Amino acid sequence: MCRCVRPRRALVRAACAVRTCALRPQPGTRRLEAIQESGSPVIEIRELTKRFGPKLAVDSLSFDVRPGMVTGFLGPNGAGKSTTMRMVIGLDRPTAGTAIVNGRPYAQHPDPLHQVGALLEAKAVHTSRTARNHLRVLAATHGIPTSRVDEMIDLVGLSDVASKRAGGFSLGMGQRLGIASALLGDPSVLVLDEPVNGLDPEGVRWVRDLLKYKASQGCTVFVSSHLMSEMAVTADHVIVIGRGRLLADCPTSELIRSASSNRVSVRTPDAGRLQTALAGPDVTVTVTAPDVLEVDGLASARIGEIALAERIVLHELVPQQASLEEAFMEMTADTVEFHAAAGSTSAGPTQEPSSV
Amino acid sequence: MTAAVAPVPVPAAAAPRPAPTGLRVTQARVVRSEWIKFRTLRSSWITLGAGVAGMIGIGLLVSWATNNHWSQMSPIDRLTFDPVNQSLAGAFLAQLAIGVLGVLIVTGEYGTGMIRATLGAVPKRLPVVWAKLVVYAVVTFAAALVAAFASFLGGQALLSTHGVSLSAPDALRCVIGAALYLTVVGVFAAGLGFAIRNTAGGIASLFGLLLVLPGLAHALPSSWQHWVLPYLPSQAGMNVFAVLRDPSMLSAWTGFGVFCIWAAAAVALGAWVLSHRDA
Repeated sequence: MCRCVRPRRALVRAACAVRTCALRPQPGTRRLEAIQESGSPVIEIRELTKRFGPKLAVDSLSFDVRPGMVTGFLGPNGAGKSTTMRMVIGLDRPTAGTAIVNGRPYAQHPDPLHQVGALLEAKAVHTSRTARNHLRVLAATHGIPTSRVDEMIDLVGLSDVASKRAGGFSLGMGQRLGIASALLGDPSVLVLDEPVNGLDPEGVRWVRDLLKYKASQGCTVFVSSHLMSEMAVTADHVIVIGRGRLLADCPTSELIRSASSNRVSVRTPDAGRLQTALAGPDVTVTVTAPDVLEVDGLASARIGEIALAERIVLHELVPQQASLEEAFMEMTADTVEFHAAAGSTSAGPTQEPSSV
Repeated sequence: MTAAVAPVPVPAAAAPRPAPTGLRVTQARVVRSEWIKFRTLRSSWITLGAGVAGMIGIGLLVSWATNNHWSQMSPIDRLTFDPVNQSLAGAFLAQLAIGVLGVLIVTGEYGTGMIRATLGAVPKRLPVVWAKLVVYAVVTFAAALVAAFASFLGGQALLSTHGVSLSAPDALRCVIGAALYLTVVGVFAAGLGFAIRNTAGGIASLFGLLLVLPGLAHALPSSWQHWVLPYLPSQAGMNVFAVLRDPSMLSAWTGFGVFCIWAAAAVALGAWVLSHRDA
């Protein structure tokens, strides 16, 4: 990763830079700090392992998901998020370990749709069947009345297209249908894989509000995403995995607190003099452009005072808040499964064009 | 809280959530769900309708043509002429439609991803197999029975003086037998669908076993043929709607029993695959 390319300001207010090393689980202390104890775990993953031929997709993963909050499940593509979620729902059989939901493996519940609402794939729908009939098919397995089907169609905003073939749906409409099927059984646990994928901004906001509302009602909400910015505003707790292993399991607030960075970007026509003036033990100054310095180890106020004392003109004095996205990139850098060609660094939908 | 490396026993606190009365999966509800699945796809009715129309159409056409050409038929042809079989000839065509649909009701779910929604709602999985088979067998039997009676009655009418009535020896057994044969073809197909999960592969296997295998068996040394040929699925199964039986073949109900064993084997394989493989 090119170190000098860096977003100049945080895109997401809540997102902060993270010291990666602080979040890596130490042996014996998987959890870094006391978890927001808001109930006994509802989803319990223990030593969960899944091997596809020679490839270890999920590697002895253990964590808990608790009720009353939104738990974000983060990791780069191929990290094993979807496979883990599929094992929770019993679609994939673990090679080893267990995934327990509400005290039992999912398949052993007599009323699975009432226990867990899952959205694992937007298009787990027969393309030739209408949206309403698709939901009726699922409802029938549990004796859920058709009136509930119509309620869910209204709730997700698909009333106008409920009698249209699901095959013609856009990705966003497919996501809404998937969310409707997840909510059909009025579950206490939601397991959603990339629910905002393909949604328009209004839809993203709607999903975010829905997840927060469900959590406030005491539901357990376990939601995966590779969009850090989205998780930063939605999740109360985050679980980060890479290459099937746990990288972090802590409250989002903890992540943000540990993220406070001392880096300050200074733009001055007199960079050489300022660099000399700022030099000291514990202070690192990097020249990122002829007139830009990156200072680590000094508060912006102190830099301003030193500059004034030395009578150096400053054009910019910006405390740097690397995005949560960048922190995630750092944390998972050595676990990323699929690297883009060299030169394309942290490219993502929320990436700010960086000035150098 | 520290996480031990060894598996941690489930805390007693996390108990299953009590369900509102009656909200749970039952076999009957899964059957109902599969019935909604079947009838809400237009392709189900088109394919089934094609099978019924094909069976009746061929039966009537063959009967009409035979009646018209009676005067030109050779004495041997007249001697071996079987009006019942003649009117039920369309079953050979109908089995294509019913076989294809039987594979599709399963592999269509794999092709579209629907199977993951299905198994998410019924994670015990096997109820889905039984429900699909029950729904498809009942629908197929009803449609095939209508088609078989229509073919027989219409065909005998067109054969006029050469035709027979339902009270003729073996006539009723053959009409019902044709419907049973087609039903088991459907079950066989759905079983292969669960085992193979892929539409092209499922259809190829089904018709490889039903239609191609007998042709290959004829290439065997003739001393082996009587050990193999009668026991092949279609060779065994079709005796149930044959009046004049080839003496080297099995009897009507023994043959049908062997065909049912083939179908049961396909279903067993499909059920095993569904319950053991990742969806």
